[in-house]
Amino acid sequence: MTVTMGGALNTALRDALTADDNVMVFGEDVGTLGGVFRITDGLTEKFGEDRCFDTPLAEAGIVGFAIGMCLTGFRPVVEMQFDAFAYPAFEQITSHVAKMRNRTSGAVGLPMVIRVPYAGGIGGVEHHCDSSEGYYAHTPGLKVVTPSDAADAYSLLREAIDDPDPVIFMEPKALYWSKQDIELPCKRPAFGKAKVRRDGDDVTIVTYGPSVPTALKAAEAAAEEGWSVEVIDLRTIVPFDDETVVQSVRRTGRCVVVAEAQGFAGVSGEVAARVTERCFHSLAAPVARVSGLPTPYPAPMLEQTYLPGVERILDAISRLQWDDQPDLTFAGVGARG
Amino acid sequence: MTPYVLSLGIDLGNMPGRRDTGVMETTAETMTAALLPSPNPVQLIDPTGAEVEQSGTRRDYSMPSAARLRATWHAMVVGRRFDVQATALTKQGRLAVYPSSRGQEACQVGATLSIGSGDWLFPTYRESMALVTRGIDPIEVLSLLRGDSHCGYDPIATKTAAQCTPLSTQLVHAAGAAYGERRRGTDHVALAFIGDGATSEGDFHEALNFAAVFEAPVVFFVQNNKYAISVPLSKQTKAPSLAYKGIGYGVPSEQVDGNDPAAVLAVMDVALEHCRSGKGPFLIEAHTYRMDAHTNADDATRYRSSDEVTAWLERDPIARVEAWLRARGELNDDMVAAANAEAEARAADLRERMNLEPAVDPMSLFDNVFAQRTPQLEEARAMVRAELDAEVGE
Repeated sequence: MTVTMGGALNTALRDALTADDNVMVFGEDVGTLGGVFRITDGLTEKFGEDRCFDTPLAEAGIVGFAIGMCLTGFRPVVEMQFDAFAYPAFEQITSHVAKMRNRTSGAVGLPMVIRVPYAGGIGGVEHHCDSSEGYYAHTPGLKVVTPSDAADAYSLLREAIDDPDPVIFMEPKALYWSKQDIELPCKRPAFGKAKVRRDGDDVTIVTYGPSVPTALKAAEAAAEEGWSVEVIDLRTIVPFDDETVVQSVRRTGRCVVVAEAQGFAGVSGEVAARVTERCFHSLAAPVARVSGLPTPYPAPMLEQTYLPGVERILDAISRLQWDDQPDLTFAGVGARG
Repeated sequence: MTPYVLSLGIDLGNMPGRRDTGVMETTAETMTAALLPSPNPVQLIDPTGAEVEQSGTRRDYSMPSAARLRATWHAMVVGRRFDVQATALTKQGRLAVYPSSRGQEACQVGATLSIGSGDWLFPTYRESMALVTRGIDPIEVLSLLRGDSHCGYDPIATKTAAQCTPLSTQLVHAAGAAYGERRRGTDHVALAFIGDGATSEGDFHEALNFAAVFEAPVVFFVQNNKYAISVPLSKQTKAPSLAYKGIGYGVPSEQVDGNDPAAVLAVMDVALEHCRSGKGPFLIEAHTYRMDAHTNADDATRYRSSDEVTAWLERDPIARVEAWLRARGELNDDMVAAANAEAEARAADLRERMNLEPAVDPMSLFDNVFAQRTPQLEEARAMVRAELDAEVGE
C-alpha cells in the first residue's frame, strides 16, 4: 500500500504503544491535535491520555521529565515541535541524556527517543528549518538517526524505541509527505548500516535524510553526462557505517558528501575526513562537499539558493579531476602576492 | 484573564461588591492561603533550645518525638564530622574539590531522614552529607569529588540520583520520576534538593510547573544558605522569600528555620503527607547558612564579613537540639561522648580508606557510553589498548 513517511511514523508509534505498555508519547500539541505535523494523529484517541499526552510548553521540562520517567521504567518518546525549538532542551540533552549511562557506570540507561522534525525546504519562516543534527552527533552518548523514506522511518523508529540508549530521531520534515509503496510493519537493516540507494562505479555520493532524494536526482542527471554515481544513504549518523562508505569509495575512487546542514564543522566534514583517512590511496580526487551555505538559514524566498541542489552536486562531480585535470577551485587559498 | 477569574466566581472588576460576595471571596482567599507560606519561617526550637510557641503559621506543625529528634541529632553529629573530614581530605589533596554543607545539617539530615528507602532523592553536589545520612558508603559518595568516577553508587539500587552539578536540572528529573511512581501506583515521593541561587535557573520553574500540572509527588527543598558562591540572595530575587515562588505554579509552599531540626522534620512531615495523598508537589524554603566557603577553592572573605559568620554560629542546629534534649533528660554526657566517638571512628575509617589510591582502568572509558560499543568506540578503544600495551613493553 502507499504510505507517506508521516503515516509510517504514526504507524510505528501506534505499534510501539501496542507492543509495550511502558512506551509513552508526550510533547507539545501531540495529544488532541495530533502534533503540528500530525505524526501523533489519533494516538490519544486510541491509547488514552495516559499514553499520549500534551505537556506544558517547555522543552527542557519535557526532556528532563522523560529522564525521570526512565528511572521508573518507562520508555518515553518525546516530540520537539521543530529543530530550533529543541534548543531550550540542549542542556538536558547534552549534560544528562547523553551522559547518564556513562556517569552512572552503566547503572542508569535512558531508553528514550527525542523526535526532532528538522531541516528546510518547506518554505518555513525562521527558526523552523535548522539542520541541527551536528550538535547531537558531536555529543558522545547520543545515537543520531535520520530516515529518508517511509520504510526506514517505520523500521528505524521502532528500533529507536526498543533501543536501550537515547536516540535523537531526526525527521526530515520536507519528506513527511513523500510516498512509498510498502507493507507495514516492516524491518530494515539495523542502526549502523548505511543503504546503497543507487549503484554506480565512478563516484560515491554519501548523504542522508533530506538530501537523499536530491542526491538521487543528481545521480540520474549525472548518468546522462556519462558518470555512474553510487548513492549511499547513511540512515544513522551515530553509529556511523564506515564499512559501507569505505568499500564504495575504494571502488569508485571519488566521493562527494551531500548534506543540507551548513558545511563548516559539521557532519559532512566528518564524513569527508573519515573517507580521506580511510581511502586516501584509492582517491583520484579530493573528497568534495556540497552543503548548506555558511549563513543562517534564509528567509523562505531565498531557500532554494541556500539548499544544495542538483546543479551544485553536478558541478562538484565535474570537478573530481576527470582525465587527471586538477581541480583549481581552492588554488587561490593561501597563495602569496 | 477573564475566564480564570470567572472560574473562581470572583468579579475582580467590581471591587466594591466584594463585601457582598463573602462566600466567593473566602474561596479565593482559602485557595491563596493554601498555597502561600507562613509569613515567618516555621520554628519549633529557638537557638537557645527553648520551645517556640506556635502562632501565625498557615498550617499546624507539631514537635517531633524526642526519640526522633535524638536520632536526627546523632546523624547530624556524624554528618558534621564527615563534612569536616572531607574538607580536611581536600586540603591534603585527596579530593579535587569539596563543597561543604557545614551549618546546614538540619536540612541535609532532617530532610533526608524524613523520607523512606522507597522514595527518591535528587541531590546536588553539596548534598554529600545527605547521601551519607541516606546510608550510602562515604567513599562511594566522595567518588565524584575524588575524581575516580562521576558517581560512586548505584542510583537505581539506592533510589538516589547521581549528584547533579548543572544547577536545577535535576528538578525536572525528580518531577518525571515522581510522576512515574504515581503512574506505577506507589505512594513513593521524590525529595529534590536545590540551593537559593539555582531558583533563578529556568529548570527550577519548569520543574515546579511540570510537577504541578502532572500532580507529581515532589518535595522541592530549597536550602537558602544566602549565597550562590559569592552572590547574595538580594541580587538573586525580589520575591518576599523563595517560598513565594510556589504560588505562581499552584504549588503550596512553606518557609522554615533551616537551622531548627525539629521545624525541618515537622514541615517535611506536612509536605510528605501532602505529596503522598495525591495532591501534587510541595515547595520548602529552609533559611540556613553555609558556614564554609562555596568550596575549598573559594575565598569567602571577599564577599562576607566574619561578624556575619559568627552570628550564624549562635544559631547552630546541633547545639539547639542538644540543649532541648538535655533539658528533657533525653540526652546526657555519656550519650554525647558515645556519638562523638562514633563520628570520630567513622571519620578515621574514611580517612584510612581515602588514603588508598583508587583503582581506575583506562579501558573502562569505552564502557557505558552506550549499552554496546559502536565501531567508532571499538576503534578508539583499540588505539588506547595499543598505547597501554606499548607502555608496558617499554
